[in-house]
Amino acid sequence: MTDKILEVKDLVVQYVTDDGCVEAVNDLSFSIGKKKTLGLVGETGAGKTTTALSILNLIPSPPGEIKSGSIMLDGSDVLTMDQEELQKMRGNDVAMIFQDPMTALNPVMTIGEQIAESIELHEKISKKESMERAKEMLKLVGIAESRAYDYPHQFSGGMRQRVVIAIALACNPKLLLADEPTTALDVTIQAQVLELIKKLITERDMSMLLITHDLGVVAEVCDDVAVMYAGRIVEIGTAAEIFNETAHPYTEGLFNSLPNLKQRGEKLVPITGMMPDPMDLPEGCSFAPRCPYATEACKKANPGLRHLGGSHYVACQAYERENFKLGGEQ
Amino acid sequence: MAKLNDNNEVKSRSMAQETWRRLIKNKGAVIGLIFLLTLVVVSILSGFIYDYDTDIIALNMGEALQAPSAAHWFGTDSLGRDIFARILYGARYSLMIGVGAVAIGLVIGVTLGAIAGFYGGAVDQIIMRVVDVFYSIPNIMIAVVIVSLLGTSTVNLLIALCFTCATSFTRIARASVMTIRDQEYVEAAYELGLPTWKIILKHIIPNCLSPIIVQVTLLIGTTIIAASSLSFLGIGVPSPAPEWGAMLSEGRQHIRDASYMCVIPGIAIMLTVLALNLLGDGLRDALDPKMKK
Repeated sequence: MTDKILEVKDLVVQYVTDDGCVEAVNDLSFSIGKKKTLGLVGETGAGKTTTALSILNLIPSPPGEIKSGSIMLDGSDVLTMDQEELQKMRGNDVAMIFQDPMTALNPVMTIGEQIAESIELHEKISKKESMERAKEMLKLVGIAESRAYDYPHQFSGGMRQRVVIAIALACNPKLLLADEPTTALDVTIQAQVLELIKKLITERDMSMLLITHDLGVVAEVCDDVAVMYAGRIVEIGTAAEIFNETAHPYTEGLFNSLPNLKQRGEKLVPITGMMPDPMDLPEGCSFAPRCPYATEACKKANPGLRHLGGSHYVACQAYERENFKLGGEQ
Repeated sequence: MAKLNDNNEVKSRSMAQETWRRLIKNKGAVIGLIFLLTLVVVSILSGFIYDYDTDIIALNMGEALQAPSAAHWFGTDSLGRDIFARILYGARYSLMIGVGAVAIGLVIGVTLGAIAGFYGGAVDQIIMRVVDVFYSIPNIMIAVVIVSLLGTSTVNLLIALCFTCATSFTRIARASVMTIRDQEYVEAAYELGLPTWKIILKHIIPNCLSPIIVQVTLLIGTTIIAASSLSFLGIGVPSPAPEWGAMLSEGRQHIRDASYMCVIPGIAIMLTVLALNLLGDGLRDALDPKMKK
C-alpha cells in the first residue's frame, strides 16, 4: 500500500449525452509505484486522457461522470475529496503536462508569471519569491532566466513544452501526468523533451503516468506498461514483459504496425477495422471484432485479467485454450 | 542543450507594446487619438480659463447673434454668449457622459457577460434573455423612459445611457468568454488547482479584452451622439449648461439667419465621434493579429 503512489481500482467513467451513454473508461484498475513510470498506451479514443483527468477529478461534468471505483493518491481517495482539498491537491501533489504546448499557455501572461502562479498559490509565498523560484525552474528546463518576462508567442514549440514542464514541476508534485507530451513536437525536439522529463523526475523522485501511443517512447522511459483498448486495460506488466513476451493480440497488432529494423522492406501489418464506438461497445471482448484469434466464446463474455507470471496480466480468453501462442496458434 | 536557448537578443514585447506599435502606424488612429487628447486637455483647461457663471451662462443681450469674428471666434448665440467658450466648456459634458456611461456599462456588462458565458445553462439563458429584451427596445426609447421617470439631470442621463452600453458589452463578453473558456490553458489552470474566480479574472477575461476595447471606443462615440440627441430633444443635460446637443437645439430657431449656431456644435459632435471611430478602427486592426502585414 505504502509503496504505491497511485492506485486506481474499478474505475468507471461515462459521458452521458443526449445521443447516448459513452462508456469511456470501464473497470479500470492499475497502480503506480513510488518513483516508477507507468506508460499508458492505446489508440485515440481508448480513454487515456479521461483516465488522467479522473485522477485530478476534473472530468467535465456534465456530461462526464465517474460512476464508480476509487482513486487512491498516496493513501487518500481523490473521488471523495471536497473542492478545497482538490484545489490543494491539483498542481501540488499531481501535475499535468499537456499534449499541445501551443495552446496550453495563456497568451497574455508572461511565462514567468505563469510558472510563479502555481508556486504562489500552493506554497503561500510572496509574488517576488515565487518569481525567483519560477526563474530557477526555467533554468532547470534549460531556458535563460532573462526570458521569464517574455510571452508564449516568443517561444518555439519545444521551448514552450519546456515551460509547460516547468509549470508542472514547479511545486514538486509526487505524481506527474504527462498526456502525450511529445506528440505535438518535432521528432528532433521529442527526444530532448523526453530526456528532460526523464532526468527531472529521476532527480526529484517523482512518479509519472505517461500517456502515449508511441511505443518507442514507452520503451525509452517507462518501467511498467498498461495497454488500453476501448476503456479497458488489455495487458499490463513491466516494459520488458510487454515488449518481450507480448501476450494480447491487440498489443501484438500495435507492434506489427510499427516498422521493424531487422526486417526492412517488410510491409507493415495494420490492425484491421476500427475501434468500436464507445457508445455501443460490443458484447464480450471489445477487441474480438478485429482480433485474428477471436472465437465465438470471445464475443460472449468479457475476459478478466489473467495472471501470466511476474507482474504480467492479460485480458484475453484465448489463453484458456491450451498451448495458445500469439503468431502461430496450435 | 541549455546553451542553445541563452538567446538574450530577443526583445521582450508585451501584447500592449506590440499593439501600440501597430496602432501608431495607422494614420487615422493617430489623428483620432491626437484630436481626443487635445479635446480632453482643452475641456480641462477651459475650466480654468472661463468662469462658468460669467463667461458660459451669463446673458449678454447687447452682443446677441453676432457672426464669427476676431472677438468671438465662433460668434455668439441668441443670448449673447460666446459660442467658442461654450463649445470648449461643453466638451466636458460630452466626454464625461460618453466615458461615464460606457465605463458603468462596461463593468456591468462584462460581469454579466462573463458569468453567462462561463457558467452557461440556465444562468446564461436568464441573463441573455433579459439582455435581449433591452436590445429589442430602441435605445432612445429606453433613455426617454428612464429620464422621464427619474427626471432630467446629467446623472440620470448617464444612467439612461449606460443601459444600452451594458447590453452591448454583455453580448460581446459572453461570446468571447465562451470561446476562451474551452482553451487548453484554462483547463491547465484548473489542473494547477487555481480557484474558479481567479481563473476567470486572470486567465479568461484578459484574453477577451481585444473586442471589448474596440467596443469601448466605438460605443463612446455612439453614446455621445445619443446624449446630444437627448439634449436636443430637451431631456438630456438641462439648460443652460453648454451641452453640444442642447446648443444645436437652441440654434435651430436661428438656422436661417445665424446658421453657425447649428453648424458649429454639429461639427464639434461630428469631429469627436469621427475621432473616436478612427481610433476604434485603428485599435481593432492593431489588436487583431490576422491584420498583421
